[in-house]
Amino acid sequence: MSDHPKLPSEHHESPEGTWWIWKVFIILLVVTTVEVVLGIIKPEILMVQLLGTSILNIIFIVLTLLKAFYIVAEFMHLKYERSNFIWTITLPMLVLIPYLTFIVLTEGGYMNVFE
Amino acid sequence: MSNEATLQKDSPLWGGGRQPLGVSYGKQMMWFFLLSDALSFSGFLTAMGLYRFKYEDTWPVAENVFTHFPFMHGDAPLLFVALMTFILILSSVTMVLAVNAGHHMNRKGVILWLGLTIIGGFFFLGSQAWEWYHFINGDKGAVQVEDNTIYYLSDMEGNIVTLHELVDGTPGEHGEHYHFTTEQVRAAFERNEGVTLRNPGKTATTFSRKEAEAMMTNAEVVQGANLTENEYGHVLFADFFFFVTGFHGTHVFSGVVLNIIIFINVIMGTYDKRGHYEMIEKVGLYWHFVDLVWVFVFTFFYLV
Repeated sequence: MSDHPKLPSEHHESPEGTWWIWKVFIILLVVTTVEVVLGIIKPEILMVQLLGTSILNIIFIVLTLLKAFYIVAEFMHLKYERSNFIWTITLPMLVLIPYLTFIVLTEGGYMNVFE
Repeated sequence: MSNEATLQKDSPLWGGGRQPLGVSYGKQMMWFFLLSDALSFSGFLTAMGLYRFKYEDTWPVAENVFTHFPFMHGDAPLLFVALMTFILILSSVTMVLAVNAGHHMNRKGVILWLGLTIIGGFFFLGSQAWEWYHFINGDKGAVQVEDNTIYYLSDMEGNIVTLHELVDGTPGEHGEHYHFTTEQVRAAFERNEGVTLRNPGKTATTFSRKEAEAMMTNAEVVQGANLTENEYGHVLFADFFFFVTGFHGTHVFSGVVLNIIIFINVIMGTYDKRGHYEMIEKVGLYWHFVDLVWVFVFTFFYLV
């Protein structure tokens, strides 16, 4: 029955075996450990202000996005889907979330003005 | 089955069968749901960022708020939440292993890994309950003045003095919760000349004894946190904490429920009969998303 609608998805191969799962696990673990250690010691040298916040906070955000990339690409398997599906999912997020953040950051600057 | 096929043949609607995006309907819709959910969470976290920016002086610093670790004395900031993150990442790994076993139609493997994922989910929920319990009961205690601003009691250098230290002169036993009246705290404040008030926020502005004395005349004691009061600082922090971690916790809970449902189905052999284990993949997507959200909550509540 070739036109049966409940076919499973096309199978896009992720690497054979389970080694890649453990590789991603180690990456997530190491990144989290680095974040926690930095969060506890808060090195003075990273408290320098940059782009309205500290370098340390920027490091935290970059590491978070790195972890998010590995979870979405590998664990959620998005990297191995067709490219039109990858863009269907990621493009709205890549546009809307920075847009929202931008609006709130710029307009939020007025919140203290009218008090 | 034959009925379904006949219906499709006569129907003017597209009958499916081809997958323009290379994923099945169910998986595609799970992704679209997660996309909208991601936008909801980003809205909450951005809103929190806005208020944190506005109330910088009284916005609590996470390491003064989340300091407890089970069976451990003293301050251990970040450790407990790091453990929670670890539990969630681990349960994500077991979920991928379950999906992987499903691809190979390995029923025993799916049962093992999915079972471990469910256990991980319960551990995470338990940890969150523990953290909420401590957050709600409070830790150091603080005072609130007329305009609802919270101040910590501190020494002249700005080191926080807990209410217990102020009233009884001892640090207090871990895990015990004392309640002090405003009169007790005010009297103890009069006695201790070396105690003053400071802002709970990052700036940690410490007031002079004279200013502090004036502020203490109409100060009320605040212990613990709820939706209208928050000893750690601005009340909006507590509101966002309850709302965002609560909303995430609800997601974890529904994830555990979904996992249990498919776990029962795996045991009953539903997916063997169906010929594929794609349901594990769909629920797995949801479970990884819950982990993904936690990664962001972890950063924006506890680290930044």
